[in-house]
Amino acid sequence: MPKDEFKTPDLRVYGENPALEPDSMGHSSPYKALPEHQESLGFPGELVDGWHDKAIDKMGDLLSKNRALKVYLDSCVKCGACTDKCHYYLGTGDPKNMPVARQDLLRQVYRRHFTLPGKLFPGLVGAKDLSEEVLEDWYTYFHQCSQCRRCSVFCPYGIDTAEISMAAREIMDHIGIGQKYCNEIIAKVHQIGNNLGLPEAALIDTLEGLEEDVEEETGVAVRFPVNEEGADVLLVTPSADFFAEPHVDGLIGYAKVFHQAGISWTVSSYASEAANFALFTGSYEHMHKISSRIRKAAQELGVKRIIFGECGHAWRVAYSFLNTLAGPWDFLDPAYPTPQHICEVTLDLIERGAINLDPSANDDKVLTFHDSCNVARASRMGDTPGGQFHIPRAVIKAAVNKFVDMAPDTIHEKTFCCGGGGGLLTDDLTELRVKGALPRMEALQDVVDTHGVTHMAAICAICKSQFTKVMPYYGFSMDMVVSIHQLVSEAILLGTKE
Amino acid sequence: MSLVTAVYTLGFYFATLVLVVGLAYRIWSYTKTPAPLKVPIAPAPVTRSGVVLRMGREVILFESLFKSNKWIWLFAALFHAALALVVLRHLRYFIEPVWFWVNLIQPFGIYAGFAMIAGLLGLWVRRFVVDRVRYITSPSDHLMLALLAVIGISGLTMKYVARTDIIAVKAFFLGLLRFDWQPLPGDPVLLVHLGAVLVLMIVFPYSKLLHAPGVFFSPSRNQVDNARERRHLAEWAAPLDAGRDT
Ligand code: SF4
Ligand code: SF4
Repeated sequence: MPKDEFKTPDLRVYGENPALEPDSMGHSSPYKALPEHQESLGFPGELVDGWHDKAIDKMGDLLSKNRALKVYLDSCVKCGACTDKCHYYLGTGDPKNMPVARQDLLRQVYRRHFTLPGKLFPGLVGAKDLSEEVLEDWYTYFHQCSQCRRCSVFCPYGIDTAEISMAAREIMDHIGIGQKYCNEIIAKVHQIGNNLGLPEAALIDTLEGLEEDVEEETGVAVRFPVNEEGADVLLVTPSADFFAEPHVDGLIGYAKVFHQAGISWTVSSYASEAANFALFTGSYEHMHKISSRIRKAAQELGVKRIIFGECGHAWRVAYSFLNTLAGPWDFLDPAYPTPQHICEVTLDLIERGAINLDPSANDDKVLTFHDSCNVARASRMGDTPGGQFHIPRAVIKAAVNKFVDMAPDTIHEKTFCCGGGGGLLTDDLTELRVKGALPRMEALQDVVDTHGVTHMAAICAICKSQFTKVMPYYGFSMDMVVSIHQLVSEAILLGTKE
Repeated sequence: MSLVTAVYTLGFYFATLVLVVGLAYRIWSYTKTPAPLKVPIAPAPVTRSGVVLRMGREVILFESLFKSNKWIWLFAALFHAALALVVLRHLRYFIEPVWFWVNLIQPFGIYAGFAMIAGLLGLWVRRFVVDRVRYITSPSDHLMLALLAVIGISGLTMKYVARTDIIAVKAFFLGLLRFDWQPLPGDPVLLVHLGAVLVLMIVFPYSKLLHAPGVFFSPSRNQVDNARERRHLAEWAAPLDAGRDT
């Protein structure tokens, strides 16, 4: 079946499981990285001689470096609790998209090479050699996992398929099979500073354009500074915020918040990217290298605080890893956590009365909120567990009057992935992305029908891009997706402070 | 000493050795493997005692499984709770005098034997009738259930059908503990029961039974959410910092 000829799944009554359709997504795998991109990241350009042994060696190396991988490969009891929790399984029916079956693709080789029963009785315990066929399955199905961690929430041992698919991708990179989309982007960040490959001059130009637009629209001179030394805040935001819709409306929102609160801020052209795609490829080294740019920018610009814009996996790397990867942050103002999320900052300003919002500005909308997987399951905001659920909602509710949540099984830590996370937001995976969005689309349809929801706010650059692309397949308008700070931008009262 | 006694005496020493050394090795290797980045599944506790509570709910109540699938939860909880009771009930074969509370649970232990088998059968039926679970099942998954079922059924058989001389059985086990070996009765059902237990002990550290220690080492469940406040630099990752410009 050619990749662009597929049927958008029908919305089902929520909760129904699809019938198993073995290998129905066997044809879906993303383009492989070209040799030059592989090599620029220090990986072999193409499948190396002796790839089998090198893959096993790399697996051993990762097993010795990452407890999660080892414990997860040992502990699964095949209870099946996770089998119906993955949006890709729910959307495709392909059994290899059941989390445990996906893990088993790696686990079978682990058992064969690293466990006694797998060496002695492979057939009995489901152990398999790493054949070319198995390697192909790895490439196919570890690129049908958005590393959203939903399965881990429901596993009695917390087995996290994301850890396993990251490890698999890292192994494949090391034997010369990388994914084009992710590896090109990582190379661009190393070279230029952002995923889009947007150089400094273009960035300055773009932001000047935004300044003009906002002044024209509001009559207020809201600034969008680049590389401004001595600013208090370094804003690190996904580069999609500079261009894409509805992302850019969110960026305008951040700028208005800073303006109105009197906070001096800047973006850095050197670290003009919050995203860190090395998370998706499982490369600690590249994650470290990308994060180090933020450290350097913060030091060179002499800022006091670092604030992240709306992005899911970026916030995971920021909240959970940045201190480890790029800290210590002892040169920043200890009065603030490092880094902060823009929603934490905005809510605090709202609560202190430092900015004022008029929610009636959004009275034409009825909102719901899509929790992004990485924010929901791999990070936090504020001081208490669950702040990552309540703080964004509190910001939305301050900016709009009408808000309803989607079904409880599809929000908070049980949220469904948008279908495009984990380095899968590429056109060569359109079929997968459309089908993987099914569970979220069903939950959305439900609140549209029952509560007249008109808009869905998202807090992640990938979610926003993914939804604007796939929602039309399900009969929704792409304008339904909005940034949280787009709502703030509409509602904020500029120039009202004495 | 009869051949049967000799085989089972040696068997139990060997199986115990495999179990203890095998598990100790696993636990040691989990402990010494670094966890380079913090990956608790959020919302996660922000204190150590919070983690202990989370783990407690996971291990005693099977909290995540309950959220996930009520049928699996029911059968798994039934099986594990019953197994725990049955194992405690069997303490009476290893201690003299028998502790008060071990005597107290004896009658419940019998019901637990039936509950254990019911739980096992429930889990086993799922492996045949639920297509998703059938797909992920390996022969070893069936064998493991069969092994546990053999242990349970042979145990109940000795209680209700072919009674064995439990005084002599107790003497055998006390003898093992005291290195003063005593004869084991040669009843076939007893030998099947104990033989299956031996196999279970030996495969434990090499099979999916590792979920028992594994759950305590699961980073998504046992980590404190404090990565923004504290650096957690793994030893192997630390040298990378030397490579950065600043
Ligand atoms: S829920 Fe966990 S233990 Fe059960 S099959 Fe899935 S990964 Fe394995
Ligand atoms: S991490 Fe998400 S995408 Fe990957 S297997 Fe689990 S539920 Fe599916």
